[in-house]
Amino acid sequence: MSDYKNYLANQVMLGKMNRREFMGRTLAAGVALSSAGTLFATSASAQEPKKGGHLKLGLEGGSATDTLDPAKALSQVLFCVGRNWGDMLVESDPLTGAAVPALAESWEPSPDAAVWTFKIRKGVQFHDGKELTIDDVVKTLQRHTDEKSESGALGVMKSIKTIEDKGGDLVLTLTEGNADLPLLLTDYHLIIQPGGGYENPNAAIGTGPYKLTSFEAGVRATFEKNPNDWNPNRGYVDSVEIINMNDATARIAALSSGQVHYINRVDPKTVSLLKRAPTVEILSTSGRGHYVFIMHCNTAPFDNNDLRMALKYAMDRENMVQTILGGYGKVGNDFPINSTYALFPEGIEQRAYDPDKAAFHYKKSGHSGPVLLRTSDVAFPGAVDAAVLYQESAKKAGIEIEVKREPGDGYWSNVWNVQPFSTSYWGGRPTQDQMYSTAYLSTADWNDTRFLRPDFDKLLLEARSELDETKRKEMYRSMAMMVRDEGGLILPMFNDFVNASTKQVKGYVHDIGNDMSNGYVATRVWLDA
Amino acid sequence: MAALGPESGPALTTGTVAGGESLPQTGTLSGTAALPAAGKVTGTFWRRFTLRRPLAALIIQRLGLSVGLLFAVSLMIFGGVEALPGDFATTYLGQSATPQAVENIRKDLGLDRPLTERYVTWLSGAVKGDFGKSWASKNSVSEQIGKRLGNSLFLAFFAAIVSVPLAVALGMLAVQYRNRLPDKIINVVSLAAISLPEFFVGYLLILFFAVQLGVATFPATVYDSMGFGERLSAIALPVATLVLVVLAHMMRMTRAAILNVMSSAYVETAELKGLGAFRIIAKHAAPNAVAPVINVIALNLAYLVVGVVVVEVVFVYPGMGQYMVDAVTVRDMPVVQACGLIFAAFYIFLNMAADILAILANPRLRHPR
Repeated sequence: MSDYKNYLANQVMLGKMNRREFMGRTLAAGVALSSAGTLFATSASAQEPKKGGHLKLGLEGGSATDTLDPAKALSQVLFCVGRNWGDMLVESDPLTGAAVPALAESWEPSPDAAVWTFKIRKGVQFHDGKELTIDDVVKTLQRHTDEKSESGALGVMKSIKTIEDKGGDLVLTLTEGNADLPLLLTDYHLIIQPGGGYENPNAAIGTGPYKLTSFEAGVRATFEKNPNDWNPNRGYVDSVEIINMNDATARIAALSSGQVHYINRVDPKTVSLLKRAPTVEILSTSGRGHYVFIMHCNTAPFDNNDLRMALKYAMDRENMVQTILGGYGKVGNDFPINSTYALFPEGIEQRAYDPDKAAFHYKKSGHSGPVLLRTSDVAFPGAVDAAVLYQESAKKAGIEIEVKREPGDGYWSNVWNVQPFSTSYWGGRPTQDQMYSTAYLSTADWNDTRFLRPDFDKLLLEARSELDETKRKEMYRSMAMMVRDEGGLILPMFNDFVNASTKQVKGYVHDIGNDMSNGYVATRVWLDA
Repeated sequence: MAALGPESGPALTTGTVAGGESLPQTGTLSGTAALPAAGKVTGTFWRRFTLRRPLAALIIQRLGLSVGLLFAVSLMIFGGVEALPGDFATTYLGQSATPQAVENIRKDLGLDRPLTERYVTWLSGAVKGDFGKSWASKNSVSEQIGKRLGNSLFLAFFAAIVSVPLAVALGMLAVQYRNRLPDKIINVVSLAAISLPEFFVGYLLILFFAVQLGVATFPATVYDSMGFGERLSAIALPVATLVLVVLAHMMRMTRAAILNVMSSAYVETAELKGLGAFRIIAKHAAPNAVAPVINVIALNLAYLVVGVVVVEVVFVYPGMGQYMVDAVTVRDMPVVQACGLIFAAFYIFLNMAADILAILANPRLRHPR
C-alpha cells in the first residue's frame, strides 16, 4: 500500500496529477485521509526517486525459442522485455485496475459502447527518431487482427470490426458494445510499432523508457535509457540487464549473493528461508490467478446442487492457503473474481469451512458412496497435497472423497475439461467480463464447470455494454452470486505473485494487473546506493 | 556410473567400441581391425586394402558407418518429436491459442503437409548444410547453434584440460601409494564427488564460493561482449563442478589399468632391474595401459559436450543442452534435428578417435602380423 502511495506521490510530484485527483485515488485505495494529506505535502522531498545505476533482473520463463515480435511474446521474460521498450495505447492503474492513458491521451465511447474514439498522444518519438503517427497505431492493431495474424492477442481483438483513422483519431468499431475496450488494449502484445511492425516485427523499436541494446534469446537482454522518453515519470535507472534464470535455486543464490537486484517466481516453500537473508526483501502481490476444484454441473452426481454445496462447505480454505501457498495467497469465495478486479462486488459473505452445513447438504442430496476427484501436480503446484487435505476435511463432514492421481503428461487434454471432477488452475483476465466470458458463458470452449445458464449469459452480455458503473457493478454481483451458490466451482485460494529484491531496490509498485509489477518493474524502481 | 549421461547416448549403438569396465586385453580392442591370419593378399580390392592398410580401412569404414548412423538418428529424432502430443502451433501458442492463429502458423510452416514429405524436404536441405530456420524465432539455425556450440565447447575444453591430466596423475599417484593413505583419500574423495548428483555439487559450490565467500562469479552467463578473462572467471564454478563429476571415472580407470599391467612379468623384471617405482609406472606400465584409459576419456569428453544440460541450467550457462531442451518444449523441429545431429556426430567422432588412438598406441595393432 505504501508503495502505491509512493507511486501516486510521484505522479503528483511530476505534475501528472492534481491534488483532487490524488486525494480521490488514495481514498479509493483506502488510505486514511490524514495520512494522504501529509503525504501530499511531504512526498516531493521524501519520495524522490534516485536516478542512475545498472539494474539487474534474474527472471524465470525465457527460452531459446523466444522472439522479440510482440505478437508472439508468451514468456515471462518477453513480457518484461516488451514493457521496457514499448508502450500500449492504454495502461492499467496498479491498484484499482482502471484504464489509464498511455499512448492514447484520452478516449470516448459511443452511448452503446460499440464505437470508441481514441486521441493519440502528440510529440512522441520512436527509438529511431521517427514521430509516432496515427498510421503506426492503426497498422499495429491491424497486424494483430488480420486473418494472417499469429498474434497472442487475437482472442482479445476478435470483437473489433474496423480500425480506422478519422481525422487523426483512432476509431474502433466493435461487433457489440464493450465497456471494457480500453482495458483490452492494455494487453502486453499490443505494443505500438513503427509502421505497425509489418516490415520488421523483431526490431524492438518502440516508444518505451528503455532502448534494447542486445538480446540473446533465452540468455540475456540489455537496455539503455531512452533520452527522448515522452513520460518523465518512469525509467529511473540508466541501464537494465535481464538475465534468464530458469532454475529456482540459481535465482535465489544470485539474489542472496547480490549478483542481481530482483528475481521473480520465488517458491512459497522456500520463502521463509530466503526471508532470513539480511539483504533480501520479499515482494508479495495479490494476484488474480486461482487454484480450483471443478465439478461439471451437468454430469451426475454433480448435477445435484446440494451435493455441490456440500462439497463447497467441506473445503477448509484457510488451511489450504497456509499449507499449499505457505500463507502467500488469499482465500477464495467460489467465484473467480477477487478485489483486484475493477467493479469487484464487495460485501459478499465469505464461505467458510463448515462440516455441519456440508453434512446437512450432503444428506439432502441423497448421494452415497465415494466421490471421485482426479488430480495431478501439473494442475497447480501442490495439487495432489491439496486434494489429500480436502479429502481429510471432507471426511469430518461424512463425505468420502476418492483421490485419483493422474499422469501429468496429457492432464490438460485428457482430464481437465473432460472429467467431471478435477483440480485445475486459472490465470486472471484483465476484466471480469473476460474472465466470465472465457470460462462461464454457456458457449465458451473452456466452460470447465459446464455452467449452462441462459440467464447468466444474458446478464453477462448486458453488463458488457453497460456504461453506468453502478448498474454494471450490480450485474456483476448477481453473476458472482449465481456462480458462487449454484455453479460447479470450488475456489479455495487465489495465489499471490511472490518475487524478491535486494534492499537496494526502492519504489516497487505492487501492481494487481500481473506478475512483476505488471511487467513494469524495471521502469518503476530505482536503486538506492 | 549412473550419473554419467553418455552411457545411454544414441551413438553407443556403434557397439564396436571396447573399453568400459571389463579391462579388455588390447588384442580384442576392435573387431574391424581384422588381424590377418595368413600373409597372402588375395580377394577383392577392399579386402586387400584392409590387409595392407588396416588403419586407413578402419577409418574409412567408420566414417561410412557414421553417416548411416547420423541418418538413423535424424529419423529417430523426427519420429520422436512427431510422436509427442501436440504440434508446434498448439504448444507454441499454449493457452492463448485460437483456432485461427493455430491455422495460420500451420500453413505458414507447412505443417499441413504429410510427414514423409516434410522429412524429405528437411533432409535434402540438411545434406547441403542448410538446417533451415527456427520455427519459433525465424532465425537461421546454423547461426544460433554456432554461438551455443561455441559456448558448450568452451566449457568442455576447460573442464577437459583440467580433469584429464588431473585424473591420470591422480591415478598414477594412487598406484604408487596403492592401498596406503594417499590412495584411500583419492578414492574416497573422488567416489564421493561422483556419487553426488551434479546439480547438488553445483549448488554446494555456489553456496560456498559465490554466496558465503563471495569470491566466485555467479551466474555463469557468458555473452558476446565479454572479454576472455571475464569468461574464464564466469566459468570457474561450472568447470569445477564438471571436473568433480568426471574425475573419478577416469582416475579409477587409470588406476585399474595400470595395476593390471603392473602384475605382468616385464614390470617385475623392471623392478628386479632396480628401476624406481614412478619410472616403472610412467615409462613401462602406462603406455600399455593407455587403450582402456583413452576410451574412458573419450566417453567423458563426449559427456562434457552433450550431457551437461543440468549443469548449464544450474549455473545459467547458455550452452547447447539448454538450447535443445527449449526447442523440444515447443517442438521446434529444425532446431531439435540440428542439435541432435551435432550431438550424435560428436559422440561418433570421439568414439572413433578413441579407437584409432588405441590402435596407434598398440604396436601389435599398428603392425599386424
